[in-house]
Amino acid sequence: MRSFQQRLAEFDANGVRVVGISVDPPEINRRQSQKLGYAFPLLSDPKAEVIRRYDVLHPGAGPKGADVARPAEFLLDSNGVVRWVNLTENIAVRARPEQVFEALHQVGIAGE
Amino acid sequence: MDFASGGREIGMKRKWNWPIWIGFVVAVGGLFSYEFFAQFPITRDFPWASLLLFGIGAALLVVGLFRAFGRPQRYRGKVSGLVFSAIAFVFFAFFCYGVFYVLQQVPASSGAPRVGQKAPDFILLDQSGKPVGLGDLLSGSKAVVLIFYRGFW
Repeated sequence: MRSFQQRLAEFDANGVRVVGISVDPPEINRRQSQKLGYAFPLLSDPKAEVIRRYDVLHPGAGPKGADVARPAEFLLDSNGVVRWVNLTENIAVRARPEQVFEALHQVGIAGE
Repeated sequence: MDFASGGREIGMKRKWNWPIWIGFVVAVGGLFSYEFFAQFPITRDFPWASLLLFGIGAALLVVGLFRAFGRPQRYRGKVSGLVFSAIAFVFFAFFCYGVFYVLQQVPASSGAPRVGQKAPDFILLDQSGKPVGLGDLLSGSKAVVLIFYRGFW
């Protein structure tokens, strides 16, 4: 998500909002976004309800066997319709901003 | 150790076999540096930097073992070379298990919203404790990128 913060101005300029979602409580998200300089919302889903609704739960993969979200990225258009999905097969390999910009370009949401 | 046949007879102290020690340190660095390299996509997507350190460490250990066993009267390190090589190998195996097996155990998420489907609605608290709904994010935007992540814990 560091890389998304680095290119946040470009997302803003294209009218694209970036949002992170995890099981972390708001206090941790506040501390982390301050520490890492994140200027986009980090949403807190401590009971993993939304994470389950999106079927991106990774059961028992957190500390002490806690349920966490697996890395996953969804691109929604202004109607809330999914236009691009990235479900990694390796926890360490996450979507990069370039992929999202390419997807935005392909579905005709953002310009060059 | 084997000083009976070693340098003692020719009245010489055997040399420190540095490639064994440096190789071991570099190989251990291959394991522990991953925490650092994992911060950057270029060294995280494929862990070539850590594997490179393991490779350099292994090469040095091999050089050290060749010296220890090839010229035992000059170089020390038969036992320590074998012991440290074995430990380095265990570290390497552990690293490979983690990077090439554990990290790839990701749920299938076959029920995740697909392209063309409407994304499920939600309202969650942001980092300032303010409720944020998907509708709020969508209003006035051309698009929204939802990034689900494991968390900082």
